[in-house]
Amino acid sequence: MLETSHLTVTFGDTVAVDDVSLELPTGEVLAVLGASGCGKSTLLRTVAGLERPDAGAVLFDGVDVTGVPAHRRGFALMFQDGQLFPNLSVGDNVGYALRLRRTPRGQRERRVAELLALVGLPGFAAREPTTLSGGEQQRVALARALAVRPRLLLLDEPLSALDRDLRERLAVELHDILRVEGTTAMLVTHDHDEAFAVADRMAVMRAGRIVQTGTLEEVWRHPADAETAQFLGYAAVVTGPAAEPLFTVAGRRASAIALRRSALHVAGSGPLSGVVRSARLSSGENRLVVDVDGVGSLDAVAGMDVGLRAGERVRLELDTSRVAFLDSGPSGTGSAGDSTHAARRHIRGRRARRTP
Amino acid sequence: MSPGGQKRYVALAAAAAAVPLAVLAVFFVVPVVGMLRLGFFPDGELDLGGVVETLARPRVGRVVWFTVWSASLATAVTVMLGVPVAYALHRLSFPGRRILRGLVAVPFVLPTVVVGVAFRTLLADAGPLGFLGLDGSAAGIVAALVFFNVSVVVRTVGPWWEAMDPRREEAAAALGATPLQVLRTVTLPALRPVVLSAASVVFLFCATAFGVVLTMGGLRYATVETEIYLLTTQFLDLRAAAALSVLQIVVVVVLLVVTGRTRPSPVERVTVDTVARRPRGTDLPALIVLGLALLLVVAPLGTLVVRSLRVDGGWSTEYYRALGDADASPALAVPVGTALENSLRIAVDATLVALTLGLVVAVLVTRRTRRPGPRRLLSLFDGIFMLPLGVSAVTVGFGLLVTLDRPPLDLRGSPWLVPVAQAMVALPLVVRTIVPVLRSIDERRREAAATLGAGPLRVLATVDLPVAWRPALAATGFAFAVSLGEFGATSFLARPDAPTLPVLVYQLVSRPGADNFGMALAASVVLGLVTAVVMLAVERLHLRGVGAF
Amino acid sequence: MSHRGRGLLAATITVAALAALAACSPGATNDSGEANDTVTLVTHDSWSVPDEVIAAFEEESGYRLEVVPSGDAGALTNKLVLTKGNPLGDAVYGIDNTFATRAVDEGVLAEHVPADLPASAEQYRLEGAAGDQLTPVDWGDVCVNADDRWFAAHDLAPPRTLDDLLDPAYEGLLVTPGASSSSPGFAFLLATIGKYGVDGWQDYWTRLLDNGAKIVSDWSEAYEVDFTAGGGGGDRPLVVSYHSSPPFTIPEGERRPTTSALLETCFRQVEYAGVLEGAANPEGAKALVDFMVGETFQEALPENMYVVPVDDTVDLPPLWEKWARPAPHPITVPAEEIAEHRSEWIRAWSDVTAR
Repeated sequence: MLETSHLTVTFGDTVAVDDVSLELPTGEVLAVLGASGCGKSTLLRTVAGLERPDAGAVLFDGVDVTGVPAHRRGFALMFQDGQLFPNLSVGDNVGYALRLRRTPRGQRERRVAELLALVGLPGFAAREPTTLSGGEQQRVALARALAVRPRLLLLDEPLSALDRDLRERLAVELHDILRVEGTTAMLVTHDHDEAFAVADRMAVMRAGRIVQTGTLEEVWRHPADAETAQFLGYAAVVTGPAAEPLFTVAGRRASAIALRRSALHVAGSGPLSGVVRSARLSSGENRLVVDVDGVGSLDAVAGMDVGLRAGERVRLELDTSRVAFLDSGPSGTGSAGDSTHAARRHIRGRRARRTP
Repeated sequence: MSPGGQKRYVALAAAAAAVPLAVLAVFFVVPVVGMLRLGFFPDGELDLGGVVETLARPRVGRVVWFTVWSASLATAVTVMLGVPVAYALHRLSFPGRRILRGLVAVPFVLPTVVVGVAFRTLLADAGPLGFLGLDGSAAGIVAALVFFNVSVVVRTVGPWWEAMDPRREEAAAALGATPLQVLRTVTLPALRPVVLSAASVVFLFCATAFGVVLTMGGLRYATVETEIYLLTTQFLDLRAAAALSVLQIVVVVVLLVVTGRTRPSPVERVTVDTVARRPRGTDLPALIVLGLALLLVVAPLGTLVVRSLRVDGGWSTEYYRALGDADASPALAVPVGTALENSLRIAVDATLVALTLGLVVAVLVTRRTRRPGPRRLLSLFDGIFMLPLGVSAVTVGFGLLVTLDRPPLDLRGSPWLVPVAQAMVALPLVVRTIVPVLRSIDERRREAAATLGAGPLRVLATVDLPVAWRPALAATGFAFAVSLGEFGATSFLARPDAPTLPVLVYQLVSRPGADNFGMALAASVVLGLVTAVVMLAVERLHLRGVGAF
Repeated sequence: MSHRGRGLLAATITVAALAALAACSPGATNDSGEANDTVTLVTHDSWSVPDEVIAAFEEESGYRLEVVPSGDAGALTNKLVLTKGNPLGDAVYGIDNTFATRAVDEGVLAEHVPADLPASAEQYRLEGAAGDQLTPVDWGDVCVNADDRWFAAHDLAPPRTLDDLLDPAYEGLLVTPGASSSSPGFAFLLATIGKYGVDGWQDYWTRLLDNGAKIVSDWSEAYEVDFTAGGGGGDRPLVVSYHSSPPFTIPEGERRPTTSALLETCFRQVEYAGVLEGAANPEGAKALVDFMVGETFQEALPENMYVVPVDDTVDLPPLWEKWARPAPHPITVPAEEIAEHRSEWIRAWSDVTAR
């Protein structure tokens, strides 16, 4: 089990990771979700041993590994863009950690073949990394990271450099591969789809702090605040008197309600009504913006067959499986936003200096 | 928990740094300090009056001014010439470009005395270029300095340019930038660090040039270096020499600090192998500059070759044949083959030393560190190895004699003084060639290796070395050439029974008689040829390796 | 733990490899410690003596000779001064009369006068204590050389004296190596000082330059680039060189040189040898100095170092007898005076000539 306890990492005056305590049980996959610059990558690098925390500790199976250098932690880190060794063949890249551990050649080759098959690239061992596509490189990077069955696999935005189609497919594969290998993994991403597709548990991070943790279901169902909800892909968070009609329809009260884009759909007998502001055809559905009576402007969908124009009145139904109820009020004070920006600025500056 | 982990790497780095530092200390710092001590403590007591008196001489002001402006001008011209040549020879593909790469490197190794003669044969009033009126002028000095140093720029900038990702330039072009705009907005900024790096080396070479200034300037011009030479070897005025040496060191340090400040960390990543392409119309300016540079290189070299083949008004290879015969001239202490063998053997040693130390230095200064303290320490470490280029060879040479004369440093007359002294000259070139490329490696690739279980040395072997070998190879050829042509330190330290080729050339040229002179020219041509061949051989290795990269 | 071991091991190997590299270099086996059967000679870069002569010395004396060339006469002398007390060798050869006094005054040398110094060498002995420390070995005259063929072709009589060089008829014809960078250049300066006095030479040089004299950095350049007879296609038929230079200009298949030395413009350089104070092998050094004034060594001098042996009983090469005659009355400047004013003169010369 991985544990971080009150981990704090600062760069100069900026706190990149602020008092973060997390737990990741063995065999599970945790996604740390956050906007870029929120400190999630620093958190990951600190767990990997690439950054030294200013305070707090990283524990693995109860052992404090804070002072252990990266290469002795028995973890593996996979970067956004693979970072394959261009001078080694695909097979040698995958077998790299095995060779470091002096695994006998035959055994090594078997494992490499097995891993390449696992990531869907059988027979690629002799290829040069530079001849691979981006997706293939990521798969090789994954195979390389998995080769010695690391105690913990760290994934830094593993799929975000890929195109959408590939990303969705690979996300599913990644999920399956991690399960097959029984790998404990920590993934950082800004893409909630990626997080949902791959992880069991989720931690939402903002301005260096963890604002919410839980299983996918828990977080999905009960985002900690409006900002989290928005980050999770909820299109709108409605609060106060405007939320009343929605609470009534949903049959449940909370301090705020978050709606996905498809939470409202046009239905002849729906309990809500409104005026269409705009309509736009999208793949498989008709996307609307509707001025809902008593609530305000919200997204809604209609079937492709329903021809709608701006100005028409429609009736709407609420799909409660596509809403979440927030118990606390909408957060996101000015000061929090400021510190997010400050952190981002600082991290950019640092990166420019570090990466030659 | 292993709290000692980090400390151990610091210890490891310190141990690695200690080796080059120790060599620098023994072969450079101790001798220089020894000479300064003789100057400042003439009778065991500090006497700064002499320093003040020396620096107040109006002549010193003139000398310093001339040194600074001539070296600056020569550096500027060298860069302006060298950068387009680097482009043409490393990014364009045309027949004979490999030969040209070798050719451009030749001037760097030729003995100054011979080059001086070749240049003056061209420029003297009766020479083919006499109408230019450059003989004995400052312009002649600058031209010769450019001649010697243009290969420094080509060799440093070329490999870097070759490895530069062309897609950014393509992107800019696709956005509508004209070739000139691409050059100005994308290419040159990306090249800036390595160009600055090369320029600072060239400046140091120019500012400490000695033979060139005397020969080309007809004694009318004096630089700090020639003054130190005169004061030390002719007047034995050690106080004044020490004062000027300190001045020289101050100038060098200021230069290093300034270039260190303005040297940005490049953000380029070496990921693609660019394929040199055929020249296009837009390459015309670069090709014209290449032509000019070749003219500058070929004209004196051609003069050299022609004169070495002219015997009594006719054509003959007599001088070349005489080189093989130790009895042909009393000045020929050994046959030229033996001298060449000595040169090559010493060059191999010097290259190994320079390369080993250079790699250690380059690797250390490119390690990432988060804290400003160690970072500053590393850049200091980087700069310190440039010092030998900027400090008078006379001071170092005399210093070696007066300091390394008793145990535990009884190294005077020890034969590996020569290779190490040459290595100290080649070292900055090696470091300057390798560092920019190592800096261009994405740090995350090292981190990926580390998290997979690779220790610092293993990371080095996996990530740094595969990228570094190419510039290292370029540096090897360079270090080899420096050693082959080095004369200053060698003449001070070489063993008489094992003269190097440049020493032999010098001995021949300082004897009366057309035969001796002709043989000196022939020996210089041999030296130039060997250099070109070595450079070309390195190029070959270079090419074979591309596939594996 | 095995990782740790490997890291340190690698570092150790690196250090060891460097040490080994240094150690296996060509000269790690330095045998200069065995001083008693080796005698080390510190000399100038022009040292050139045939193997047979060295073998003769080694056989005769039983010592092995090691030679350390150390720059020109000036650099050589100054190195000896700086390494006084822990000298670079046992004996020195190549200090000339322009540097002799500095070496003696600085206490670089030990006393030694060869028992059988040739009688003809006495005239070159220095005065006072210096005479007991430095042994004259050879001499040579630095003179203006003229390209006779050029003068014949231009229907002009070659100049004869230093005064003639100021004649407008010879405007732009002279090239000389500089006094600050070249040993013959300095000798030529001394010739003008000897001739025109310590107060008159500056004026002479001003007029010499007004008459178009050209100064270059060293002898080989003056002779091989600017001199008309030097092979470099130069345009100056007058050059400061040696009295022994003309025989080198005899064209293939002919008997007469095309150049000659102007014997009224000569300054005589004398080269000395001596035993170094603090020598590890003083006996060997003495034997070497004795050998240098002996017949074998003296005979080898003209052909190999282009200087005249101090022993006038030694036969000169036939060509020398005919075409390399020394100046009958060379211009002289006392050695002590040179030592005293050397820096001052060179500085003043630099000021006069830097225009």
